Amino acid sequence: MSNGNARWRSAAEQIIPRLAAIGLLLLAWWATVATGVFSSNVLPSPGAVLQAFIDSFATPDPPRESIIQAAQASLVRLVVGLSVGIVVGTVIGLAMAASALVQRSLGSLMAGLQALPSIAWLPLAILWFGLSEKAILFVVIIAAIPAMAIASASSIRLVPPLLVRAGRTLGAKSWVLQRRVVFPAAIPGYVAGLQSAWALAWRALMAGELISTGGKGLGHLLDANRQVFLVSRIFAVMLMIIIVGMLVEALFGILDRRIRSKRGLLAPA
Amino acid sequence: MKLERSLVAVREPGAHQPKLSAHGVSKTFRNARGDVVSALGEVNLDIAEGEFVCLIGPSGCGKTTLLNLFAGLDRPDTGGIEMDGRPITSPGPDRAMLFQDPALFPWLNVRANVEFALELIGVPKDERPDRAMHWLRRVHLGRFANAQPHELSGGMRSRAAIARALACQPEVLLADEPFAALDAQTREILQAELQEVWSETRNTFVFVTHNVREAVFLADRVVLMSAPPGTFVAEHRITAPRPREFEDVLLSKIVVDIHDHLLKEVEKVVEREREMA
Repeated sequence: MSNGNARWRSAAEQIIPRLAAIGLLLLAWWATVATGVFSSNVLPSPGAVLQAFIDSFATPDPPRESIIQAAQASLVRLVVGLSVGIVVGTVIGLAMAASALVQRSLGSLMAGLQALPSIAWLPLAILWFGLSEKAILFVVIIAAIPAMAIASASSIRLVPPLLVRAGRTLGAKSWVLQRRVVFPAAIPGYVAGLQSAWALAWRALMAGELISTGGKGLGHLLDANRQVFLVSRIFAVMLMIIIVGMLVEALFGILDRRIRSKRGLLAPA
Repeated sequence: MKLERSLVAVREPGAHQPKLSAHGVSKTFRNARGDVVSALGEVNLDIAEGEFVCLIGPSGCGKTTLLNLFAGLDRPDTGGIEMDGRPITSPGPDRAMLFQDPALFPWLNVRANVEFALELIGVPKDERPDRAMHWLRRVHLGRFANAQPHELSGGMRSRAAIARALACQPEVLLADEPFAALDAQTREILQAELQEVWSETRNTFVFVTHNVREAVFLADRVVLMSAPPGTFVAEHRITAPRPREFEDVLLSKIVVDIHDHLLKEVEKVVEREREMA
């Protein structure tokens, strides 16, 4: 058990290196700008980017969207696309775990799909669905499915056989055994799958918004700013993409740590 | 006396039916290279109700295989394996199993582990907490009921597994070297505790171990198995009254006898491994 003092120290050990890394980056950035080699139209100063970031919260003209509206639009797409991808991927993964035949057939298909960056689907998606919301969602969904299918199948395959045997000797059979022993035992691996699926979906979403010019979202705002040469605004949107991404990442990280610490699977700090 | 009854040939017509029996049972496996390896030669064993039998023998002699057959986790290639005269075809809560690893469910706390076992045998929800706590107290874990398994020491985890097994009040207990991973002191304490609890519950017990002292301390009967493919080569009845003491001179003498015999079997295995190398 850690006392308050040790907790502060470990918090400081966590935070200081992160701040230092950001600080060093800002310093290098600022120094590069200070040399005057690059014009501010190419590489704006950190201060100018911060100003642009703050300004972009108000609805600007052009581009037509505030950064908050764009972030909202992107998050909605992420939630919808990722949810569908998780459900479909999990169902496929469960089927893969349940049947060797499905594993060999659909499983190798999923492995192949995973080797194809999902943005490579966008041209097809645009032909099928037009430059629409559907095309972008399709790319997000197809990004999450293989990762979820493979992760849920392998998380079930990697359940310690001993726990299954223990469950069986206690009298758990068929569905009860699956629901009360196999699935709970598979959860840490499943959550790891969620983490990689969301990251893939997020990348696919940004790329999709960037290319398909769907009218809104962070990716679209990035491109809209490029078209009007607002370089500091481009930096500001990138900053927003990082912030939103890190927030979602943190949510999944908290979920993962809670589950693993309850089971004693966390390495001691 | 129960012990006397198990001495008579239990398979004779009219004699008391054995609780567990294996007759003409053998089992082979395929190893990683695809060769067929005989895990268990032909064995015959009758175990009376309430009898405590320890199976002992060199590694690979099939002790665990035989235990898994009784558990219903595995099926024999030949012969029949029965409980109360009925063939064993699947695992069931009437036969609780203690594994080498406590095999507690890491997502449940200690009490929930026991309650889950009770739920599986159909104990109503409102009775489960009391019954779980009763058995946890019996193994001195009352204060740790709400701990997660990983927060316990190895000995405490073993106790929790014992509580989970006993809580279902199984007719038969099967144990596969449950204390093998513990340090020597903790192991002795747990052996003594197991003796104490079992003296009251008197489940039929099949206990696999490498440890002769453990076998002699716990068992009514120690069955010695040969080098693989395992068959039974000797049987020792331990009639010493309970509670037994580790320091008992008579027990120590039996330990030495069995130990010498076991050593010969182990030497055979080592010899064979040297020839193969």
